[in-house]
This record gives sequence, C-alpha cells and structure tokens, in this order.
Amino acid sequence: MVQFTDWDILKNLLLAARWTILLSLLAFVGGGVFGLLLTLLRSMRNKLITYLIQGYVEIFQGIPLLMQLFLTFFGLSLIGIEVDAWTAAVISLTLFSSAFFHDIWRGCIEALPKGQWEACKTLGLSYLQTMRHVIVPQAMRMSIAPTVGFSVQIVKGTALASVIGFVELTKAGSMINNAVFQPFKVFVFVAILYFIICFPLSVLARHLEKKNHVAR
Amino acid sequence: MSYQLDFTNLIPYLPQFAAGLWTTVELTLISTFGGLLLGTLCAQGRISQEAWLRTCCSCYVEVIRNTPFIVQLFFIFFGLPALGFKLSAWQAGTIAMIINLGAYSTEIIRAGIDAAPKGQWEAGQTLGLTRRQVFWHIILPPAYQRVYPAIVSQCIIVMLGSAVVSQISVEELTFSANFIQSRTFLSFESYMIAALVYLLLAILMRQTFALIKRITFKNPSL
Repeated sequence: MVQFTDWDILKNLLLAARWTILLSLLAFVGGGVFGLLLTLLRSMRNKLITYLIQGYVEIFQGIPLLMQLFLTFFGLSLIGIEVDAWTAAVISLTLFSSAFFHDIWRGCIEALPKGQWEACKTLGLSYLQTMRHVIVPQAMRMSIAPTVGFSVQIVKGTALASVIGFVELTKAGSMINNAVFQPFKVFVFVAILYFIICFPLSVLARHLEKKNHVAR
Repeated sequence: MSYQLDFTNLIPYLPQFAAGLWTTVELTLISTFGGLLLGTLCAQGRISQEAWLRTCCSCYVEVIRNTPFIVQLFFIFFGLPALGFKLSAWQAGTIAMIINLGAYSTEIIRAGIDAAPKGQWEAGQTLGLTRRQVFWHIILPPAYQRVYPAIVSQCIIVMLGSAVVSQISVEELTFSANFIQSRTFLSFESYMIAALVYLLLAILMRQTFALIKRITFKNPSL
C-alpha cells in the first residue's frame, strides 16, 4: 500500500488548488464581461430590457449555485451539447457571477446623482460619451471594493464544482481523504488553502472600502 | 436533438419533494434563529473590553468568511468524528449552517453597532446601566433595524446554501431532487422543480421578513 506523508497530501492539494484558481479567474473575467454587458444594456433604460435583466438577476440570486450547476450540467446535454464538468462549472459560475456583478455595478451607477445625466444631456453629450467621460470613471471608483469583495464569493463558489465531479481543491480533498482516512487533517489543509487564497482578497476589499470612504 | 420535457412522470414523487421542502424549511428556521443569536453574541464579543474575546471572535469570523461552506460542512461531518464528536448528518448540517450564518451576521450586526452614536453608550452608563444592559436594551434594537436588509439577504443566502448539505446526505430539497432524478432519469425536470421551489422560497422569505419588520420595528425614522 502506498503511504501518504503530510507533504504528499499537501502537494496534491496544491496541485488541485491551481484548478480552483483557474476556475475562479475564468468565472471572474467571464462574469465581469457579461455583467458589464448587462449593466450597459440596463443603463439604456429600455423597459423591456430592464424587466428581462431584473428577472435574470432574480433567478440567479434566488436559486442555489449548486442547483445552477446541476441544471447546466444536465440541461445542456439535453439539448444535445455534450458538456464535461469543467465546461459546466465555467458556464454556471460565469452566469452566477455576472448576475451579482451586474447588481453591484448597477448600484454604483444608480448611486450617482441623476443630475449628472441631465447635465450631460444639456451639454449635448451622447449616451456613450456620457458613459465614457462622466459616469463610468466615477462608478468604477466606487465599485472596486465590492467587486474585489465578491471575488471571494467566486473562489468559495468554485468549491461547489466538486459536486459535479470537477477535481478542484475540495474534490481533491475528499479523494485524498478516501485514500488516507484522515478527514480532520485533510479538511484542515483544504480550509487553510482556501483561507490563503481568500483572506488577502478580503483584506484588500476592506482596505479599498476604507480608502474610498475617506475620499468621498 | 429535440427533447420533450416530461413532468407528468414526476407527479408520483410530489410527496418526496414536499418532504424535502419541509426539511429545508426546518433547517432554515433553526439556522436563522441559531445563527442570528450566535452572531449577536459574537458581535457583543467583538466590542468587549477583553482583548482575548475580541481576538477569538474576529478569528472565528475571518476563518468562516474565507472558507467555502462545503469545506466547513465536510470538516464538521467527516473531520470532527475523528476527534470523537459523532454527529448525524442532520446535526452536522444544522451546526454548519448556524456557524456559517453566525460569522456573517456578526460582521453585519457589528456594522450596525458601530454606527450607534457614542453618546448612547455614555448616556446609558450615566443612568447606571451596566455595559451589557446598555448593549442589549439601547444599542442592539436600533442596530438591528439599521442593518436589517443585510441580515435578510444573508438569511436568504444561508437558505440557498442549505442545498449543499445534501452532499452529506441530509434529506432536504436538493437531496430529494437527486434521489428522484436517479429513479426516473428525469434529471433536468426534477432539478427544475427544485430550483423553482427555491426561488419561491427566497421570495417568500423576503416577504416574511418585510412583514416582521413592519410588526416589530416601531421607530420608522431609522
């Protein structure tokens, strides 16, 4: 029988942590792009689009992420698209984070006084010009802290991809545990690795929030 | 390519969905009360004059907030028995949810406490109340009211998080959906029903909290 030393356990977990990080990055970027698109669409203030996006956000915030993963994993194969656990995880985490990012950024845009839109209109700026020169720079500064804060949620969300069989940190932890039968040790290691990834992000978010608070 | 959704074959399984739903509701209720109580106590701990208590409470909050719920759950269910604490799946799930909500609500409630004017503490103490009395009777009620929306969202997030406890075989809604799809092979349909129920539950929870707010909070100015 192969013996696992503590170092073997840790090494394998570290190897698996790469996938957690990669999945988080993809979900962050994908969700960011998609969320941005939604935010831009919504700021055009078309009634129909607003309703649709509101529904979208409500659905993704009101259904457990685990359910979303299952639905993506099983739903896509129903319509004839063969998906592996990796693709399903990327897709559903992207959709999940896009809904939250959209909600965060919409809040930032709506926090700006309405008079700014009106002033821009009076000055003859087009919609895109208003966005580019007036709204986005201000909203962006406000949104950085909550965006970083949400990235912690994404990292933690990737742990659920283990349930549909994608081997990231949590799944690797359960697999190693099945081999070594030292659940206490293994899951403490897993938790520590997640903490190492998430804690700096949390601290950064808090720091940015404070800085932003002083600036205003 | 063309797949017909088939819900009719799920009708015999409705009682199972209902049983799962009931467990989910039960878990949510217990963990909401337990978690908010734990959060309130820890928030009190974080403003305590004892340094060790403050440190303990903030360590707890940071550890829980920076690790995934599923890892906490696995740690409690698989890890603790190795130390001699044997827990049933239901107990482990409930404890994990309480601990999880406790950490988040500590942060939320503390934010509400921080916003209380310092004069309230001083006025309370001048009136001869102890620090604890001031906390529970003067500081806490408006603090809750201030951060109520954040608490509501967090409770809903914990309710949605209860889906994860299916992974240690607590027989709640997601577990029912899993079970039913393994019997009928109607995976998408059963998950869709479960998802819809969660969505309704989230909406219902928000309404209930709004109702509680209207009944309990007497000072509408805050």
